[in-house]
Amino acid sequence: METKNIMIVGVGGQGSLLASKLLGHLLMEQGYDVKVSEVHGMSQRGGSVVTYVRYGDRVSSPVIDRGEADFIVSFEVLEAARWLGFLKPGGQIVTSTQQIDPMPVVTGKMPYPENLVDKMKATGAKVDAIDCLSLAREAGSSKAVNIVLMGRLSHYFDLPQQAWQKSLEFIVPPKFLELNKKAFELGKNA
Amino acid sequence: MKKLMLGNAAAARGLYEAGCAVVSSYPGTPSTEITEEAAKYDEIYCEWAPNEKVAVETAFGACLAGKRSFCGMKHVGLNVAADPLFTISYTGVNAGMVIAVADDPGMHSSQNEQDSRHYAKAAKVPMLEPADSKESLAFAKLAYDLSEEFDTPVFLKMCTRIAHSQSIVETGERVTPPEKRYEKNIAKYVMMPGNAIRRHPVVEERTRKLIAWAEESDINRVENGDDHSMGIITSSTSYQYVKEVCGDTYPILKLGMIWPLPEKKIIDFAAAVDKLVVVEELDPFIEEHCRNLGLNPAGKALFPLEGELSQNLVADKLGIAHEAGPGLDETIPPRPPVMCAGCPHRGLFYTLNRNKCTVLGDIGCYTLGAVAPLAAIEMTACMGASVSAIHGFNKALGKESEGKTVAVIGDSTFMHSGMTGLANIAYNQSNSTVIILDNSITGMTGHQQNPTTGYNIKGDPAGKIDLESLCRAMGFTRVRVVDPYDLQQCDQAVKEELAAEEPSVIISRRPCALLKYVKHKPPLTVTDKCKSCQSCMRIGCPAISMKDGKARIDSTLCVGCGVCQQLCRFDAFESTGKEA
Repeated sequence: METKNIMIVGVGGQGSLLASKLLGHLLMEQGYDVKVSEVHGMSQRGGSVVTYVRYGDRVSSPVIDRGEADFIVSFEVLEAARWLGFLKPGGQIVTSTQQIDPMPVVTGKMPYPENLVDKMKATGAKVDAIDCLSLAREAGSSKAVNIVLMGRLSHYFDLPQQAWQKSLEFIVPPKFLELNKKAFELGKNA
Repeated sequence: MKKLMLGNAAAARGLYEAGCAVVSSYPGTPSTEITEEAAKYDEIYCEWAPNEKVAVETAFGACLAGKRSFCGMKHVGLNVAADPLFTISYTGVNAGMVIAVADDPGMHSSQNEQDSRHYAKAAKVPMLEPADSKESLAFAKLAYDLSEEFDTPVFLKMCTRIAHSQSIVETGERVTPPEKRYEKNIAKYVMMPGNAIRRHPVVEERTRKLIAWAEESDINRVENGDDHSMGIITSSTSYQYVKEVCGDTYPILKLGMIWPLPEKKIIDFAAAVDKLVVVEELDPFIEEHCRNLGLNPAGKALFPLEGELSQNLVADKLGIAHEAGPGLDETIPPRPPVMCAGCPHRGLFYTLNRNKCTVLGDIGCYTLGAVAPLAAIEMTACMGASVSAIHGFNKALGKESEGKTVAVIGDSTFMHSGMTGLANIAYNQSNSTVIILDNSITGMTGHQQNPTTGYNIKGDPAGKIDLESLCRAMGFTRVRVVDPYDLQQCDQAVKEELAAEEPSVIISRRPCALLKYVKHKPPLTVTDKCKSCQSCMRIGCPAISMKDGKARIDSTLCVGCGVCQQLCRFDAFESTGKEA
């Protein structure tokens, strides 16, 4: 199988590492070669962060380049727009509608661009935008946005539900499992 | 067992399987997780040392005593450890000793982009360079065998994309390495001139033997391709980009040992292809070796000296087409890293900004104090430079700078390299003011313990160095502690210590807001008393923004630190009284 590419983008501290861990485990269990590339350190401090997940018969590069992503999973609208150029023609964006102002917007130097979802759609990208933060709160914690997004992403995969559940159990500590299962379901059915 | 593992975790697994018994490191992105992961194996003694020089010397002592040892660091850490490195190359080892060094091309979290491969050549120490997690594990084990066979420390060279990428590995069992009793051997281990003169030829002979090994070893392997119009020599993550772009089309010489490099193998490979290309990140290290062999490869004439490579970049330079992504006709505001909401450094930097101080900075999260709107820090170079440089600054300018210049340095960085600079201030008496930003942890690398925290790498109680006593013992009579959440207290301390006619230390003490055990107050909210004066915007808190002309607080980010509240003249901030 040709290598498939999933990018997870967001703002440092939003929980993208857990999402990539879930995908990595899930895809390895399906028998694929998998590479997951993360960012640590300084760039995590509230900056724009990106995680690459690649799978297929043989994966070489650990990163995804422009025009290659089958999916961009985004925690934040501006970040989806920032990384749009990495989407493959006909690729799918799954984004939370949450907006977090970056420092140039906070300080009033630059505006937060308007109607980004429509503008992204206008480029030919498929965009699935949902209010993940509200769903995460409904599940019991604003921190569960990552799992809501994973639930939504599962829509686009032809994989048995049990496989996702098994990987969720593998990465989430038992005491948070029920909350995360609920978050996953809410995302999936959104 | 098959597992998806981070390159660093796989390297740690390699240490474990090779029977490594002692690990001493200093954290540094992207190397930190090797040591953190190694600490999860009970069979390995692991520690955070105060700096890389101490760590290498500790690991050297352990290998001398007969236990396989390890030391991990980032590229700039190797500069600190270079002193022991160059001489341990002469003494050789007893049990195996491995030093991991992780480069950061693209500077995701570093102050420079130095290429550590030069150290292998300069110190005459062999260097293995894995290209994925599987090789990280395998090469860590191989490094110990080479170390003991050739009587040398061995480098394991990582880079961000290998260290911080997960790929699939097959784990094995831990083996007990051959016993290596310590034996007194003054001629080998005491590097005074008479002995070192006799060790140097041994080092040169060792390199010749290692070259012979490099010619034969299958970690330097030729992967055949059908199209011999081009042949590519590469290693590490560059190899992965080449494979991604070229697949099995062209012959590839994939180098697993980057120093010493084979000679005949490279010459033979070059002879079998029409055009020779070297693909490597940063400096033309392999390329220059090829030129020394009389070859004329295309290397840095095509590829940049700066930054990381990628598959598209490699494709472009080799003239291979690739897909382009959609373009959005929109200015996307950048999102640089910022100090977190509730960061204890914020209040202190606000104070320094208000007092128009010249701030000489250091390495850590607090380097973000240079970012607008605080824009307080004016110099950052390397670990400890703030304390040493303020002394020079004040010696140069005297009264002109003494009353308005401060050095800021974190607790861990102070332990790493700040103490010696402070000793210089105390000894050579400059009227300097040093601020230790004590957030009770090594923050930027992801919360590692250090000699001031009272806990060791496993989280167990450990020795705790008292900063106040330490500074007083060095001869500072003016040592005071402030809470950076209390702006008035900070302001008073900065004004008084700058005015004082003697050197002083201010310890700005409050634990990092991201520490799990730190209890936060409920988030604040903005009431209709807000007069849109934007005073609260001057601290650059990511939780505060202006919406419809009024300040607004993001309750998912706010930790109720109250610094913004102290800036508001209209009493517009109040606690929500409940968790977000």
